[in-house]
Amino acid sequence: MNVTLKIIKYEFSNILRSKWLIIYTLFFLAVSYSLFTFGGDSGKALVSLMNVIVIIIPLISIIFGTMYLYNSREFVETILCQPISRKALFIGVYLGTVIPLSLSFAAGVLIPFFLSGNYDEINTFLLLMVTGIFLTIIFTAAAFVIGLKNDDKVKGLGFAIFVWLLLAIVYDGIVLFVIYIFQDYPVENAVLALSILNPVDLGRILFLLNFDISALMGYTGALFQKFFSGNAGILVSSASLCIWSALLILWGLKSFDGKDF
Amino acid sequence: MISIKNLDKKYGSLHALKNINLHVNPGRVTAIVGPNASGKTTLIKSILGLVKPNAGSIEVMGKVINGDCSYKKFIGYMPQSAKFPENLKVREVVNLIKDIRGTEPPLANEISEKFNLTNEMNKLFRTLSGGTKQKVSALIAFMYSPKILILDEPTAGLDPVSAGTLKNLVREEKERGRTIILTSHIMSEIEELSDEIVFLLEGKIHFEGDIESLLSNNNNEKLERIIAKMMMVEAV
Repeated sequence: MNVTLKIIKYEFSNILRSKWLIIYTLFFLAVSYSLFTFGGDSGKALVSLMNVIVIIIPLISIIFGTMYLYNSREFVETILCQPISRKALFIGVYLGTVIPLSLSFAAGVLIPFFLSGNYDEINTFLLLMVTGIFLTIIFTAAAFVIGLKNDDKVKGLGFAIFVWLLLAIVYDGIVLFVIYIFQDYPVENAVLALSILNPVDLGRILFLLNFDISALMGYTGALFQKFFSGNAGILVSSASLCIWSALLILWGLKSFDGKDF
Repeated sequence: MISIKNLDKKYGSLHALKNINLHVNPGRVTAIVGPNASGKTTLIKSILGLVKPNAGSIEVMGKVINGDCSYKKFIGYMPQSAKFPENLKVREVVNLIKDIRGTEPPLANEISEKFNLTNEMNKLFRTLSGGTKQKVSALIAFMYSPKILILDEPTAGLDPVSAGTLKNLVREEKERGRTIILTSHIMSEIEELSDEIVFLLEGKIHFEGDIESLLSNNNNEKLERIIAKMMMVEAV
C-alpha cells in the first residue's frame, strides 16, 4: 500500500502539469459559471450541467485514460523492473489518473456553485458531483481495459470512441427502438435491465430520481422514476454504479497482471 | 546466477522463444546476439518478469521467479528506448525509484557527474533529448550497483563520449563482480565488453560459449564475420 501511495504521488505530479487537465478544469469552470450565472434558477442550471456531464466526462475520461496508458507504457515497463508488484503499480497508476480527473471536475463545478451564492439545491448538486466522479471512475477503468487489451494505439483509441458513442449517445436510441419494436409486449423489465447495463444511463437516473423531472430526460429515466421512486431507486442505481466500477477495475487489474510488456 | 529451463513463449501465432535452456554465469558479461526479431528482447523481458512465458522456468539467484517481485531489487535494467512521463523532472523519477527501493543509491552522484546529468536534474523530461533520456535510463540501471545488470542495446542513441562512459561503467561493474547481460548489434562493442556470447536465431539458441574460444575456433576472424556466417548458414 505504501508503494501504491508513492506511485499515486508521482502520477499526480505528472498529470497535474498536463495542459489537458488544465483545459478540462477551465471547461467545467466556464460552463458551470455560465449556467449558474445566466441559466435562471439553479434547478434548471443543474439539469443543463448534468446533460453536459453525462456526455463530456465519459468522453474525456475514456480518451484521456487510453492515451495516458499508451504514453505511460515504457515508463510502466521501467517501474515494473523495480521490486514492485503489478497489482500495486496498476492501482497506483489508475488512482493517479482518476483522482486528478475527478478533482479537476470537482473544482470546475464547485467554485462556480459557491460563487453563485444559491445553495437551495445543494443536495442535488452533491448528487451531480457523485455522478460525475462515478462516471470518471468507470470510464477511466474502461479506458485502461481498452488500452491493455489493444497494443495498437489507433485501434484502441477507435474502440474507446466507439464505446463512448455507444453508451453516451446511441444507447438511448437502442432502448427506444426496443420499446418501439416490442410495443405490444410488456417490456418494462427488459428496458430496466438495459438501463442497468449502461453506466451513463445509471448516472443520469441517479441524478434525476432526486429531481423529479425524469420524463424530460429520455424514456429510461422516466421508467426508472416509475419503478424506483425515492430511496430504493437511488440505492439500486448507486449499487449498480459501484458494481460497474468494481467489475471494470478488476478486469483492468486482471489484464494488467497477465500482460506482456 | 540466472538459470533458464525449457523456456517457451508464443505471441499468438508467433513463436518467439523455442525451448530455451541457458545458464548465465555469475561475474561474467554475457552478450545475447541475433538478427532483429530473433527473441533477444523477449528473453530479457522474461527474466525481468515483463513477459509471461507459456512454459519453462527461470531461476534468479537460486529462486524460481513466479510472480514474486522481490528478486528485482538485485537487477538494474536499461531498456532499448527510454521514455519517461513528460511532465516529471529527472529528479522526481530518480526519487520515485529510491522510494520504491527504500534505500539510497550509492552511485547516483558519481554516475550523474560522469554523464553530465547534474544540471539536468530539475528539467522536465519533455525538454530532454533522446540521448539525455538514455543517460537517465543508464543512471537508473547502474545507481544501485545491482548484482545483475541487464542492458538492451545500451549505447544506441548515445553520443561517442557517453557511449564510452557507459562502456567504462560496464567494465567497472564487471570488476565489482556483477553479472551483466547485454544485447547489441555493434559487434566490436560485444567483442570489447563480453566474456560469453549467446547466439539466438528465430527463438532458438544456436551457439552458447565464451567469445575467446569462438574466435580461436574461427582462426581469429572478426566477430562480426563469424556472426554473419552463422546467420548465413542457418538461413540456408
